[in-house]
Amino acid sequence: MSASSTADVPYVAKTKVGRFTNFVDERVGGSGILREFGRKVFPDHWSFMFGEVALYSFVILLLSGTFLTFFFDPSMAETHYQGSYTPLYNVEMSVAYNSSLNISFDVRGGLFMRQVHHWSALLFVASLSVHMLRVFFTGAFRKPREMNWVVGGVLLILAMAAGFTGYSLPDDLLSGNGLRIIDGVIKSIPVIGTYISFFLFGGEFPGTAIIGRLYVLHILLVPAIILLMIVIHLFMVVVHKHTQYPGPGRNDGNVVGYPLGPVYAAKAGGFFFIVFGVIALMAAAFTINPIWNYGPYDPSPVSAGTQPDWYIGFVDGALRLMPGVVNDFHFEYIVFGHTLTLNVLLPALVPAGILFTVLFTYPWIERWITKDDREHHVLDRPRNAPTRTAIGVAGFTWYCVMWAAAGSDLIATHFHVALNDVTYWLRALFFLGPILAFIVTKRVALALQRKDREIALHGRETGRIVRLPHGEFIEVHAPLDEYKRYRLVGFESLAPLPAVPNEHGVVTRSEKRRAALSKWFFEDRVAPASPAELEAAHAHGHHEAIEAGADQKSLTH
Amino acid sequence: MKALSQKRRHPLAAVALLLMGLLLTGGLYAIATTVNQAKAETTSFSASDAEEGKKLFEANCATCHGMGASGTKDGPSLVGVGAAAVDFQVGTGRMPMQMNGPQAQKKPQQFNEEQTRQLAAYVASLGPGPSIPEEHLLDEKGDAAAGGELFRVNCAMCHNAAAAGGALTRGKFAPALGDVTGKHIYEAMVTGPQNMPVFNDANISPEGKRDIITFLKKIEANGSPGGADLGSLGPVSEGLFVWVAGLGVIIAFTIWLTSRTS
Amino acid sequence: MGNHSDGSPNPSGAVATAGQEEVEKFQDPGLPPHRLRLADTDPKAAKRAERQVAILFGISVIGTVVFLIAYFAIDLGNDSSIATIRTQNLLLGLGTAFAMLGIGTGIVHWAKALMPDHEVSEERHAIRTEDDRKAAVRIVDDIIEETGIKRRPLIRNSLIGALLLAPLPALAVFGDLGPRPDRKLAHTMWAPQDGKLKRLTRDPDGTPIKASDVTIGSAFHVIPEGLNELHEGKLNEKAKAVVLLMRLNPESLNPSPGRENWGYNGIVAYSKICTHVGCPVALYEQQTHHLLCPCHQSTFDLTQECKVIFGPASRPLPQLPIAVDAEGYLVATSDFKEPVGPSYWERDEHERLINS
Repeated sequence: MSASSTADVPYVAKTKVGRFTNFVDERVGGSGILREFGRKVFPDHWSFMFGEVALYSFVILLLSGTFLTFFFDPSMAETHYQGSYTPLYNVEMSVAYNSSLNISFDVRGGLFMRQVHHWSALLFVASLSVHMLRVFFTGAFRKPREMNWVVGGVLLILAMAAGFTGYSLPDDLLSGNGLRIIDGVIKSIPVIGTYISFFLFGGEFPGTAIIGRLYVLHILLVPAIILLMIVIHLFMVVVHKHTQYPGPGRNDGNVVGYPLGPVYAAKAGGFFFIVFGVIALMAAAFTINPIWNYGPYDPSPVSAGTQPDWYIGFVDGALRLMPGVVNDFHFEYIVFGHTLTLNVLLPALVPAGILFTVLFTYPWIERWITKDDREHHVLDRPRNAPTRTAIGVAGFTWYCVMWAAAGSDLIATHFHVALNDVTYWLRALFFLGPILAFIVTKRVALALQRKDREIALHGRETGRIVRLPHGEFIEVHAPLDEYKRYRLVGFESLAPLPAVPNEHGVVTRSEKRRAALSKWFFEDRVAPASPAELEAAHAHGHHEAIEAGADQKSLTH
Repeated sequence: MKALSQKRRHPLAAVALLLMGLLLTGGLYAIATTVNQAKAETTSFSASDAEEGKKLFEANCATCHGMGASGTKDGPSLVGVGAAAVDFQVGTGRMPMQMNGPQAQKKPQQFNEEQTRQLAAYVASLGPGPSIPEEHLLDEKGDAAAGGELFRVNCAMCHNAAAAGGALTRGKFAPALGDVTGKHIYEAMVTGPQNMPVFNDANISPEGKRDIITFLKKIEANGSPGGADLGSLGPVSEGLFVWVAGLGVIIAFTIWLTSRTS
Repeated sequence: MGNHSDGSPNPSGAVATAGQEEVEKFQDPGLPPHRLRLADTDPKAAKRAERQVAILFGISVIGTVVFLIAYFAIDLGNDSSIATIRTQNLLLGLGTAFAMLGIGTGIVHWAKALMPDHEVSEERHAIRTEDDRKAAVRIVDDIIEETGIKRRPLIRNSLIGALLLAPLPALAVFGDLGPRPDRKLAHTMWAPQDGKLKRLTRDPDGTPIKASDVTIGSAFHVIPEGLNELHEGKLNEKAKAVVLLMRLNPESLNPSPGRENWGYNGIVAYSKICTHVGCPVALYEQQTHHLLCPCHQSTFDLTQECKVIFGPASRPLPQLPIAVDAEGYLVATSDFKEPVGPSYWERDEHERLINS
């Protein structure tokens, strides 16, 4: 792009910042990095911004979290509240809860910081999830980005861990009951469960150690690993360069977009302030985690509507959906004198296990089915990969069913239905939902592909109805220009790849299985329109699509 | 300030009610002016009240509750439920019931205060039961913090820690407690309407109940310190909000940010 | 419209495309021609955009000032009302939001309207070259070869063994995080102390309950006598010992053999800790006699000794045997006959221990 720096005449800085850059470079070097990055090209699309939202939320989490550590005291010692919130005056509570109340009511801006911290935590995990959905549905995880997809998955788990450890810190009734549920789940683990529980809580639940331990994890260990993972993630983004949507002038060999300096850097930098502003707006006007309502943790009370933050919701929902007793069959039984409690163990581990296993291995699964070993830098539009899109929506539906189950009591009260019926329906949807979602999504994707073909061949519907001299009514179609058309036809349509013998001339069983999956994956598809078809369409629709535009003048009245 | 105005409202309302009652029944009662006198009048009924109440009962309630309120298969016996139960059920519009369902729903009152009073007088005359609470227990001047503790232990599991309500089994639910008068809250505790357990005076003392009402009215008057409370429903509404509103606004910004300027 | 051609097998093992090699494809027309913005052609529009950016930055300044005023002018004294806190929070938030959004939207508007908006195309370079790959793989092969790890399985296997064992101390060193689980989970505070039966007392104030206090339809939240006087481990004991006390018509109860005298005149006490994952099961429906857990909706039927009738719990709630002492107060005649709360691996062992 810019070869000016290699000119024979020494380049003299024109701006002050340029001169400063020169000064720094003469002392510490680094001009190579700037040369590499200064004009690096980034493609521009709104769906590419979610990773940035996550990154910026994380920065805001670090900033607001640091403020909170100055006032928070993670001790579980007993004290009596003497602060300014009268409905809790003189109530016995832990020092941790006491200091959280003080942050909320007696530190100026403390409540705001708490709300900023919690809203950005929710937004962090939400934007991370949407970012991963975008990567999945556009096929951006394909070679060479499989490893970065895995790093992203690790970040998702770490974000959930950071969120959960933070959720528990104020030691309020809500989070305390959350911890109790975690304790119950841990105790259900065979052989070592009770030990893990005793080690985690420093003895019996709730003990006096857990808040301090979670605090260290929350402010040190987990954020440090997240930071490390972010560095690795961004490093790989730089190595791979960003993907881009298909379109005219874009292919696997180039990257089209705006240079980092100044346009992209300005947009990305400005976007940080926008994300911060949006979070500040939420924290200004909307209460989050009103710990003063819940009261201090006490093992006896509980509040209706006790739920975890949204990102743990799907596990909680799975716990709710699992029946403990079916007819007279109990999911808890005695094995060699020991208690095995599958009604807790199965829902706590299996759905999350399946979800994350599929998530981590999906790039390799698809690569094995398609035998596609090429590098991909141009994304798939989701409709052009119908089976993958359908798999993604099926998985997302499954997640959403469990998610909804975590709010089954609120669904019941707000839609005036019976709690038990909500559970029965969601139990059915747990199995049927993904299947229905798969079928519907695949059909929708294929229909959209057909619509693309239609538009590419016959032009865009204009909504103008014209009556021809012989009485026929037609709708005028406006032909596309070649750039818009290429957007609709410039994709590759993969076909099933039958089983191929290996080097010994044997078709292995796994190869047969792969071929069957390949057939399932690519069987239904709509090929992109070809120039020949366009030609044919023109000839056929001569009087319709092409001439209509010209005829129109004489027909208007 | 609000607590003060509410305190003032109650005795005056009782006086006004009394005046109305006097005009209607044509009795000769002295006009009560002090709080104590007003209280005394609201908790004791005249024979004519019970007489009028009996007529109202036979016309409106006996279909389900039976003649003499002895109960039928459609409605329980009301002998011994006390005036508090009637004042709660009729005063909140739950009775007469609109239709059979998982539980009687709150709705606009079907009887005016005078009629409610007469019905209560009639039912109270059938057998001893909890009476309508005295004014000084409803003055909202108890210990809010102590009330909060009692509320969390005894009430929050059904009604939610912020009194936003919650689900029970098979379509039943514990209602939200905002906008419910202190008198009705008190009456609900002593009578245990429908599936709510009874909290008699040996379980939660009258002062404890006064504290609970003080707590509820206090948090209602306070509102949420952090801004809109999103229904006080906890993490579910917060999660929904961040996905819909938070991400929605951010997506709007990203679309603007990546669009081309004209 | 669907093209259902099989696609001929591709001998090279590469991907099969739907016969598009044979069919001519549309040619990439290249980048669309650049379209100029208003501000590129009209100096007035450029000037206007410049002013707009400056106004946005100005809004940011106002936001910062609002924040500072809200911080310093609103005093959170000891007597501050909730409304004051709400106002301050709102103003601090709006100040921050405007300060940030002003800068953010200003910069973005500047970039969009005034900075060059030519899309450029940059070549992707291969992440590595084929030569590099060959050389690197050969180096790794050589290194592995020179260590001789393949030829000397003894070294390899003993190394693997050592490496597998080495992390054990790192695990073991956490052994003092907590005590090893003993039989604590099997017992609660309800066990009679020195032959004296524990009274049932009200949560939270700890006053004893008379049988006559418990009228039909009542639900009492109960803690053991002496819990509030504990100095250490109060919450730990409370977490196991909380009980829900209810009275219903004695005819509605159907006690199983051996449990006939665990209640008193229709008064029964059940552990409040859910057998699923330990939430307090405190929602008592006095007409249906159902107990509901608000966390995961396990429902227990009081008339069938708290058998699970809905939801994820698998075991009935443990019952606390109660009686009345000479003064008419309710007492627990013994500890629970099984461990309370969620199941754990050693639970059955503990249950046998209790009943032996």
